[in-house]
Amino acid sequence: MASVEEILEGRGICICAGSGGVGKTTTSAAIAAGLAARGKKVVVLTIDPAKRLADSLGLEELGNEPSRVDPKLFERAGMEMKGELWAMMLDAKATFDELVRKNAEDEETRDRILQNRIYRQISNALAGSQEYMAMEKLFEIHQEGDYDFLVLDTPPSRNALDFLDAPKRMMQFIEGRSMQMFMKPTGVAAKFVGRGSAMMFSILKRVVGFDLLADISEFLSAFSGMVNGFQQRAKRVSELLADPATSFLVVCGPQGQPIEEAVYFHRKLVEAKLPVGGVIVNKVHYETEAGARADVEPELRKLLGDADLAERVTSNFADYQALAARDAHNVEHLARELEGHAVIRVPHLDDDVHDLDGLLQINRYLFATSAEREAMATGVSGS
Amino acid sequence: MPDLLDKKMIVVTGKGGVGKSTVSIALGMAAAARGKRAIVCEVASQENASRVFRRAEVGFNEVEISPNLWSISIDPDESMREYVLLQLKVKAMRDLLFRSRIFTYLAAATPGLKELVTIGKIWELAQPDRKVKKGREYDLVIVDAPATGHGIGFLQTPRTFAGIARMGPIHSQAQELDRFITDHERTGVAIVSIPEEMPVNESATLEQALRDEVGVSVDRVYMNAMYPERFDDSEAGRLERAARDADGSSGAALRAALSQHHRARSQRAQLDRLRKSARAPVKTLPFIFKPDLKVPEFERLAGALS
Repeated sequence: MASVEEILEGRGICICAGSGGVGKTTTSAAIAAGLAARGKKVVVLTIDPAKRLADSLGLEELGNEPSRVDPKLFERAGMEMKGELWAMMLDAKATFDELVRKNAEDEETRDRILQNRIYRQISNALAGSQEYMAMEKLFEIHQEGDYDFLVLDTPPSRNALDFLDAPKRMMQFIEGRSMQMFMKPTGVAAKFVGRGSAMMFSILKRVVGFDLLADISEFLSAFSGMVNGFQQRAKRVSELLADPATSFLVVCGPQGQPIEEAVYFHRKLVEAKLPVGGVIVNKVHYETEAGARADVEPELRKLLGDADLAERVTSNFADYQALAARDAHNVEHLARELEGHAVIRVPHLDDDVHDLDGLLQINRYLFATSAEREAMATGVSGS
Repeated sequence: MPDLLDKKMIVVTGKGGVGKSTVSIALGMAAAARGKRAIVCEVASQENASRVFRRAEVGFNEVEISPNLWSISIDPDESMREYVLLQLKVKAMRDLLFRSRIFTYLAAATPGLKELVTIGKIWELAQPDRKVKKGREYDLVIVDAPATGHGIGFLQTPRTFAGIARMGPIHSQAQELDRFITDHERTGVAIVSIPEEMPVNESATLEQALRDEVGVSVDRVYMNAMYPERFDDSEAGRLERAARDADGSSGAALRAALSQHHRARSQRAQLDRLRKSARAPVKTLPFIFKPDLKVPEFERLAGALS
């Protein structure tokens, strides 16, 4: 089965998607580092508010602009950097502000939006805004053309689909024009569609409260001037995502639920006609030879000369084998659902992956061929 | 300060993938075992509880999934509808509102409104005098909250709205919700972590952000998925020597034992780090060596929780 290197051959963008806590950030960084080591100028973008990428790259902090990762760090860890690795952490609010500045019809509208209390207080929390801004930034960096390869670590949405729906939801939100026309609190409402709407307004006032309604109305009316700009931009972002030079990699864990989510997400990507590269399953307990659990205890007792210890080793092995069997079963199920797309298994390593050494270990698996991976995993993961 | 399970609401949060839903359900079972009427609220249509108890999807209904333990998946659109129903007593007005596209737009477009009505529904479940039809009070409401970054934003929503709407029904209700969330007598907060470097780092950051940005203090941190310490260091030495000349199955078994010993040790180190960085008391939960968690496993976790 393919390695990440083969999957990404000839492409320019890799988007790592999946639900939270499956190792997306580490995987993104490992892919970016691997491509950079092979001579590309790579930038990895993360939106993770928890600074995980900075941690794993040994950086103190990442800003909203890419900064270069010191190649000496990699050399010290035994990886030669033929290319360059850059990293940035997306600031959704700052990106949103930039977008407003770029798209506002005039200075007055721009200031009205930037100073609107709703915008100021919640632009960061707006459903889908982080996801949308991640893609917006990806688009921007791609347009500038300074890098050979871009890796996007998508936001840790609980529901991986939020990310795909983000552009659509942003558009829905911005296109709420008819409401804004109606809601101008100065009585335009009444002129607009007559008595029914005036009554609607009074009902809404009762449910929502007048001043909040006024703020929302102002916010939306200021935004409505930017609809065309946003629409065009969203369209181009969608085109970039669907471009054959882009590759989506779904990242998941080996447990039942993450696997189901990966299957679901893969299906959605295929339905949306987005280019899928494959699925990376992290923390897999590899199976040893079939039937290995059968009766190791007598032999262990002989080897160790300690019945109690031999029993504990046996029951630990049984536990491990049960997890390995579960993982194998889940991965098989996944492979069947993927209709030929690659499944790359990364073993559950003895050490928790959080630093450069761990990153490079993951990197070796991702860039190995399937046979090499198997050989490494059965040696390393302790089974 | 009352025990965590004696509060009116417990918010369960933490990094993605650490087992928030598992801990939420186990807390619910522990409360139910004490004779409390408890409900687990899922806020992102995960339907984990119904999966565990092999029920059909729960949806936006209160469903009893095991004796005294209920579950609901809170849908913001349904919550919004319910809110409007309670606000507008005149049927004609409600019909007008629901039929109107403008209302649909308003509901979809207003930033943060979904989160606000979701919290509003959670609050409603905890009220002694519930306004919804046939609504009975719950002794304990457990919120399976969004992960770290979104979790903070989620809990801040009422305060944000109370600030934006200076008066009117949203203002007073948002204020009430914020008072409920920040009332330490009634509301408890639990962080779930796992014994790995980054989740432990994130727990400390999260605890501080909850304190500084939401104004709540964390009652407990659960260190989930701890391996048992099966071997001591001298035994590990013997296993290592034996592994050198073993092959086949017994070799694999010995390597698995060494690997387990290694992980268990690094987990203890992470547990020490968490204990040092957390202000709240830390409680450990065992890793469960089962392909899938079912009712007996949750019962075991519920026992370990309290």
